[in-house]
Amino acid sequence: MSAGMNTPSVPMDSRTTTGAAPGLRVVRGTRANRVALGVGLLLVAGAATLPLWAPAEHASSWMREFVEIACYFVFAMMWNLLAGYGGMVSIGQQAFFGIGGYTMLALGNFAGVNPFIAVPLGACAAALIAIPVSFVAFRLAGGYFAIGTWVIADVFRLGFANISAVGGGSGTSLTALRGIDKATREIATYGMAVACVVAAVALVYLFLRSKRGLALLAIRDNAVAAESQGIDVRGMKLAVYVVAAFGGGLAGALYFVGNLRISPDAAFSVNWTAFAIFMVVIGGIGKIEGPIVGALIFWALNKYFSDYGTWYLLGLGLLAIVVTIFFKQGIWGFLQQRYGWSLFPTQRRLLPQAKPRLD
Amino acid sequence: MIETLLQGLLLGGLYCLFALGQSLMFGVMRLTNTAQGDFIVLAAFAAIVALTGVAAIGTVGAASLITVGVLLLPVSFGFGYALQRFVLNGTLGRDPLPSLVVTFGLSIVIQNLLLETFSADPRSIGTEGLNTASLALPGGLAVGVLPVLIFALAIAATAALQWLFGHSALGRSFRAVSDDREIAELMGLDAKKVYALATGIAFVLIAIAGVLQAMRTTVSPADGPALLLFAFEAVIIGGMGSFWGTFAGALLLGVTQQIGFRIDPGWGIWLGHIVFLAVLVVRPQGLFPKTRE
Repeated sequence: MSAGMNTPSVPMDSRTTTGAAPGLRVVRGTRANRVALGVGLLLVAGAATLPLWAPAEHASSWMREFVEIACYFVFAMMWNLLAGYGGMVSIGQQAFFGIGGYTMLALGNFAGVNPFIAVPLGACAAALIAIPVSFVAFRLAGGYFAIGTWVIADVFRLGFANISAVGGGSGTSLTALRGIDKATREIATYGMAVACVVAAVALVYLFLRSKRGLALLAIRDNAVAAESQGIDVRGMKLAVYVVAAFGGGLAGALYFVGNLRISPDAAFSVNWTAFAIFMVVIGGIGKIEGPIVGALIFWALNKYFSDYGTWYLLGLGLLAIVVTIFFKQGIWGFLQQRYGWSLFPTQRRLLPQAKPRLD
Repeated sequence: MIETLLQGLLLGGLYCLFALGQSLMFGVMRLTNTAQGDFIVLAAFAAIVALTGVAAIGTVGAASLITVGVLLLPVSFGFGYALQRFVLNGTLGRDPLPSLVVTFGLSIVIQNLLLETFSADPRSIGTEGLNTASLALPGGLAVGVLPVLIFALAIAATAALQWLFGHSALGRSFRAVSDDREIAELMGLDAKKVYALATGIAFVLIAIAGVLQAMRTTVSPADGPALLLFAFEAVIIGGMGSFWGTFAGALLLGVTQQIGFRIDPGWGIWLGHIVFLAVLVVRPQGLFPKTRE
């Protein structure tokens, strides 16, 4: 013990370079990351001002398209957080998508809440419900967890299908938006979608860069070793599950504000999770860039091939199988390995103090 | 009440056949086959197509059904064996993601392939009145002949699988790779081959389940996920690695659903899910667990 007393202690938080051993410093930023931040801000500014510069005849359809893909993207981002970082592969995240949508609709139609204010409230409801749900879902692990969460989502689907106040199995419409004219409604929904996309990326990025994010990565790599280092594994998993539910609920509430009509089969469809899995696996699981790349590809495929219906879905399924077997890391994983790109660096790299290299 | 209970038990027999293949794959290689239900539907459609083909040649009736049934089993075994050998073996490992994504992808492929080929219409296998024939029981009760046959088949399949697992050389190799793959391989077992044999047998059970489902009611391309959930619930309620446990889990699920349907047709499946979740909370290892997880 006495020998250990004199050695300088290494602070847990390594945000500062002083924490590293002598001659080494901790670096997280990359040049690509700083360029990406600039480009990202420009893109966000461009997207946010779309109603001002888009040609009038396209503005409406572009905004609708963006809102739809934004919902898919936010949902995929959260699935990536849950499965890629939390190691919890769920096929039941549509439970929270539907809860977000139905809560928004119920608050709007029955409580007179402005539906746009009800969107974040729907997300909060999903997060709240995730706490008791986790108590049941966490009884299972691995593949059993995946199908168990699917059963839970089905419980909510069948439950809402039996509530006549929200139209039962055939669903109902969002009547609360009746008084608002179409143009205002579209712009408000669009603005909300842009905000949700930025918030989802920022939320996941900041979460992963925080001390809790580091703990999460440690759990993913080896839960037993992480626990032996004093990390509260169960608490962390619950935190991730709740955050992912919040994001899933946000996506759902946003989707049904744009869609104006909800039904249990649409809200709790396993396809939401299927598309999220597709985007994340194609883009690269366990990377923030993964769902972004995946969503862009999904958007392009959807735009040009969705008319083929069953053949299109069949192709998506095959593509997911092929990528999982032959390109486990997905597109971004390949680029990262090949060129060392990292737009959202969350790892800490140790570099020698003497010869600073920033890229 | 007794009638509901009886109907539920008979429904459970069918669920048991849905679940046994899943139970075997869980038990031997911890593989969650997300496409279990879709393979059941696929087998049913394969049987329907084969029967149409046989009818075109000229033979009809029970003889053709038996011929097709017998032919379908080796084909299914080969299909399952090849699927495990050439696709699924590569996805096994500590990370559950690859096998889940691949089987989930297969599920989407099968559903859309069937939808494209056969449209969304429900279909069934003609049984020449067997599915409406009933047996009169004392006390004014009546049960269907076909459900009773299915129930008997479920008992036979469970007993056969339990015997195979517990008393045969093949079963010994199943248990060996399940307990410790590395040691089993050191002892000279080829784990990949053993896994492929397990999946082959699971697919024989899947084929039986598919044919019986199409005989008892109808099948349509989108039915798979619901069947998967029932199979999964039966396995988890029963406890990992015990086939009689799966049988008991399936019966409990069948009875619960039937009681739910009796109360309100909209709540039957929901009630089944709730009982499954309740068992999970109260007894997460299942009713009759055999293997450690």
